[in-house]
Amino acid sequence: MIALLIRDLRLAFRAGGGFGLGLGFFLILAVLVPLGVGPDPQTLGLIAPGILWVGALLACLLSLDRMFALDHEDGSLDLLATAPIPLEGVVAIKALAHWLTTCLPLALVAPVLGILLNLPGPGYLWLVLSLLLGTPALSMIGAFGAALTVGLKRGGLLLSLLVLPLYVPTLVFGAQSVTRAAQGLDPLTPILLMSGITAGSLALLPFAAAFALRINLR
Amino acid sequence: MELRVSDLAVARGGLPLIEGLSFAVSGGEALVLRGPNGSGKTTLLRTLAGLQPPLAGQISAPPEQMAYAAHADGLKSTLTVRENLRFWAAIHGQNGVDAAMAAMNLTDLADRQAQHLSAGQKRRLGLARLLVTGRWLWVLDEPTVSLDVASVALFGEVVRAHLARGGAALLATHIDLGLPEARILDLGPYKAEMPADLGFDEAFL
Amino acid sequence: MASLWEYANPVKFMQTSGWLMPVAAVLAAGMIAVGLVWGFFLTPDDFRQGSTVKIIFLHVPSALMAINAWAMMLVTSLIWLVRRHHVSALAAKAAAPIGATMTLIALITGAIWGQPMWGTWWAWDPRLTSFLILFLFYIGYIALWSAIEDPDTAADLTAVLCLVGSVFAVLSRYAALFWNQGLHQGASLSVAPGTRMDWSYKGPLYLCMVGFVMLFIALVLAGTRTEIRARRLRALLTRERAMG
Repeated sequence: MIALLIRDLRLAFRAGGGFGLGLGFFLILAVLVPLGVGPDPQTLGLIAPGILWVGALLACLLSLDRMFALDHEDGSLDLLATAPIPLEGVVAIKALAHWLTTCLPLALVAPVLGILLNLPGPGYLWLVLSLLLGTPALSMIGAFGAALTVGLKRGGLLLSLLVLPLYVPTLVFGAQSVTRAAQGLDPLTPILLMSGITAGSLALLPFAAAFALRINLR
Repeated sequence: MELRVSDLAVARGGLPLIEGLSFAVSGGEALVLRGPNGSGKTTLLRTLAGLQPPLAGQISAPPEQMAYAAHADGLKSTLTVRENLRFWAAIHGQNGVDAAMAAMNLTDLADRQAQHLSAGQKRRLGLARLLVTGRWLWVLDEPTVSLDVASVALFGEVVRAHLARGGAALLATHIDLGLPEARILDLGPYKAEMPADLGFDEAFL
Repeated sequence: MASLWEYANPVKFMQTSGWLMPVAAVLAAGMIAVGLVWGFFLTPDDFRQGSTVKIIFLHVPSALMAINAWAMMLVTSLIWLVRRHHVSALAAKAAAPIGATMTLIALITGAIWGQPMWGTWWAWDPRLTSFLILFLFYIGYIALWSAIEDPDTAADLTAVLCLVGSVFAVLSRYAALFWNQGLHQGASLSVAPGTRMDWSYKGPLYLCMVGFVMLFIALVLAGTRTEIRARRLRALLTRERAMG
């Protein structure tokens, strides 16, 4: 299992692995929004939590379609399915690798983009915290969507169509916790609810995703 | 250890290809499957490897003892030869990467990325993977595609050594691997009769 | 006593649905026609909402069926996963576009009702938002069905999506409630004491609701029959190809 994680991380960091693309997208989004909305700091501060969460969510979506598709194309997925590690474990590790290479960097640079968007002071801590606790669910739900669409030729767009509605609860609670913190309210309730969704997704979705993968392999 | 298949039927895309197939392979034996294109060799091997369910019949085999090698080698182009093999060895909890590279004449290429290998070299790397799985039964689908004469002979030696260690091999190939002891199974007589049963869709008629 | 599972046999299903579908269709047409005429022309105007409120006779039944269609898809998906009855999977497939249309009708009639009442066509109210999200779930489900060529693979994958989607749809509902407390009036029908609606309204509303259930049954049966015929065609083509 560790070997699989190391391999996936190594592949992501090598040339052509696509590491940093999500980060670049997130940055561009944070620049484009003020250009579209206008420079008024008050307005920007008001919408900053939502923009940052939506941006992180979309950036997370970018690399999802590669999660299983590459392994499917070169035959590794067949071999992994016959290897002594359970397919559920493969799914969980792949989601973890996606989180480490895509979502974790997003959570870490989010405060910098918060400055660009004039996020009010108390929001920063909760922005990072909510992204750290919420994005694992995004990776895991994404792994489920990627498993559903792995055999399809133009799976990328369909994948977004399937995955984005599933992202709604995490987005709502995540962005709410930052908004509340930014307004000086108590952000604990939404962040706990969101963590519950993350925990549930991590516990159950590997099984659903592995089931979908087995069907797609046969 | 023994692989025993009884009265097996397999289908691809809802269309039965093989039915009533029975055979057994035990340690030290190699079985070569023969049959024209489209006769269901690949489907049969995928079924035996557990990647798809059989239409009917039983497969009894020791659990987790099957090493499958298909048309695609499962190589990562940005990893080196050694890294590719190390990964599969680690997944199977085995060592012996250096021995596997030596056996398939890859030692000189150890630090080259897989994307810079020729088709034949890639194939050799894909076959070297079998040696680091530590598994008893090799299920091989056209293993000699894009190999030159010398490499085919080399691979024949590797299979023979595997058999000598008590291993077994099931091959779908048209090329003589230099294994005179291998039994040959012609799939022709097991071609599914039409239109006996077209699988699930038949229920709709 | 005939078991319910007999209808898992396509032939048996085709026989039964052959007469059941027209019956349901006629009942649906009759009930909805009577219910709407009764509701639109023979009921008094509401003292606050005027005649605008009468769109309720379309709005509530379609909203009801929007949710129940998804519930039916969930049940039939489970039956497919557990018992591998093909008719069940095809019924789920047939129900999806109908459910999506019901959701759309509920959203549109809601907008038409909301405009004079709240002064806006659309508000990000939890109920409205939930229905919009439900619509997105329907779209994803239908898209997955149409993207996969092999019917059994498609049935398996969409069934899993339906299961997982159901959980997340419920979560989204609570997320939307948490997110905004909303303008939408409370449930129109309630078993709680202090009934909010007069029988002069309840009569046609119940009639329309039963009529919509009948309409849904008729449409799902028609859709499932079409799907079964398509599978039949596929089986015949496969046989022809196999015989050369």
